[in-house]
Amino acid sequence: MSTTAIPMPTTTALKPPSVLRIFITEIRYEILRSLRTRAYSLAAIGFPVMFYCLFGLLLNRNEIIGSVSVAKYLLGGYAVFGSLGAAIFGIGVGVALDRSAGWLDLKHASPMPPLAYILSKCSMAVVYSFLIVCVLTALGIALGHVHITAIEFARIALIAAIGAIPFSCLGLAMAFTVPPAAAGGIANLVYLPMSFLSGLWVPLQFLPKILQQIAPVLPTYHLAQMMYAALGAPSHGTLTQHLLGLTGFSILMIGITWFAIYHREQNS
Amino acid sequence: MPTTFAPTTTDTVAALTNITKRYVNGVTALDNLSLTLKRGEIVALLGPNGAGKSTAVKLMMGLSSPTSGQVRIFNKDPRNTHARLRTGVMLQVGRAPEMLRVREQVNIFRGYYPAPMPYADLVKAAALEGIEERMFGQLSGGQKQRMLFALALAGDPDLIFLDEPTVGLDIEARRAMWAEIRSLAARGKTVLLTTHYLEEADALAHRIVVINKGRVICSGTPAEVKSLGSSTDAAATLKIIRCVTTLPAETLHNLIGVTAADTLNGLTTLTSAQTEATLRELLALDQSLHSLEVASPALEDAFLALTSN
Repeated sequence: MSTTAIPMPTTTALKPPSVLRIFITEIRYEILRSLRTRAYSLAAIGFPVMFYCLFGLLLNRNEIIGSVSVAKYLLGGYAVFGSLGAAIFGIGVGVALDRSAGWLDLKHASPMPPLAYILSKCSMAVVYSFLIVCVLTALGIALGHVHITAIEFARIALIAAIGAIPFSCLGLAMAFTVPPAAAGGIANLVYLPMSFLSGLWVPLQFLPKILQQIAPVLPTYHLAQMMYAALGAPSHGTLTQHLLGLTGFSILMIGITWFAIYHREQNS
Repeated sequence: MPTTFAPTTTDTVAALTNITKRYVNGVTALDNLSLTLKRGEIVALLGPNGAGKSTAVKLMMGLSSPTSGQVRIFNKDPRNTHARLRTGVMLQVGRAPEMLRVREQVNIFRGYYPAPMPYADLVKAAALEGIEERMFGQLSGGQKQRMLFALALAGDPDLIFLDEPTVGLDIEARRAMWAEIRSLAARGKTVLLTTHYLEEADALAHRIVVINKGRVICSGTPAEVKSLGSSTDAAATLKIIRCVTTLPAETLHNLIGVTAADTLNGLTTLTSAQTEATLRELLALDQSLHSLEVASPALEDAFLALTSN
């Protein structure tokens, strides 16, 4: 008798459940989970709100950049800042912890398509980016006399949501390369300098020339420029250049993630 | 008795064939290891830390690939979705998503499978009554372990990997989980468990596979493994005598047949090669002796004998 033949009565019934349904379930519960985790949801939304209130609404009240008030100009910058924070802490730190706790292995050993896990994390970052841009816009209108059209708002909301994708890729690359215990610290080391160097806090033209020249390697720079253009403020580069920049950055991060996962599989 | 179900079929559910796993740093975790799991059997994988147990389990779960050799689960690559659809896994997990309820987590896993176990049955099997609405972060160690057990059973799988399943459980919960594992095997499911509770392997497994330094050093029923561990004639007749006695250590060492004597917290443990003679002398010397107990060397002793060089 062949030792490899396994006649099992249930074989015919084994049609895997709909992948789409698994995706939707994972995404739903990931968002629910992150909203319930107050330490995360309050910080992810609170940080950009706090900075925007301080630098965009309290200080520099009457300044104008191009034809746009500082309050409106910085709305774009802090929306990008919020999007980066949501992804880098939610994914960079969150996935690193899942990995060190063995939870990622358990998910991976289950029949769940691995993409469902990644998509749920990215969707969470997209949802937070959207929430943050809504809160910032509401604050800008209420407290900073920001005049923004529905079209402008739709544009910046879309850019914030798109921005969550390269940032999610960055978060994944971090999660698989950085030691989990150090993930929180390293997330801050990436988050704060990257935001500053791409002019999210202080407009780029007020920074030293050398920093202005380095900025285009950062995804935050491209998103910020897209934001400024969408808000009718002066910006550098074309939309195509920025999208290419973001795509290039995302591919690089996915490459790093793939390499790290492959290396880990060989070594575990 | 652990054998409530005797595997009668020869269906191979999972097979590791001549597996060698060498890490990049040069460490050989598995060295030409072969292991077959059959339908309806409970196999316990035993070995000291670093023996290669978890490497073997990771290979079977498709979380790692071998340097050479073949891994087949239901005659498929372990990473194949159809193999995973019939497999349930319980790993040592430090943290599941803390802000999801037990009910939610169990249902998420049920959703991965074509014919999941009914929710109510899972709650019963893993004893989750009363904690279903709690967040994972609020659970005690034993409750977390029970939820992870439910996740492994969620898909009503034919093959279940349980890595140290009863860590952190109290005796009652541990016995309940044992009963559940036995009933899985009775329904024709295959269970591979790793454990460092030898008592657990002894009570539960149809077959124990002892591995050390990446090789299988023995495999058989618990009784067979125990007898292998005490293969010499002298060892075969050794008994452990435990009692509370006032006799000094020197006297104990000089009793007939005693090969070792040790007193800890008032309880004396003697190892004797001539049990009856030792007992006669012992009882005559100490009229106040009490709490007497005589036992055969346990699986633990066999295990130590097998894995030490």
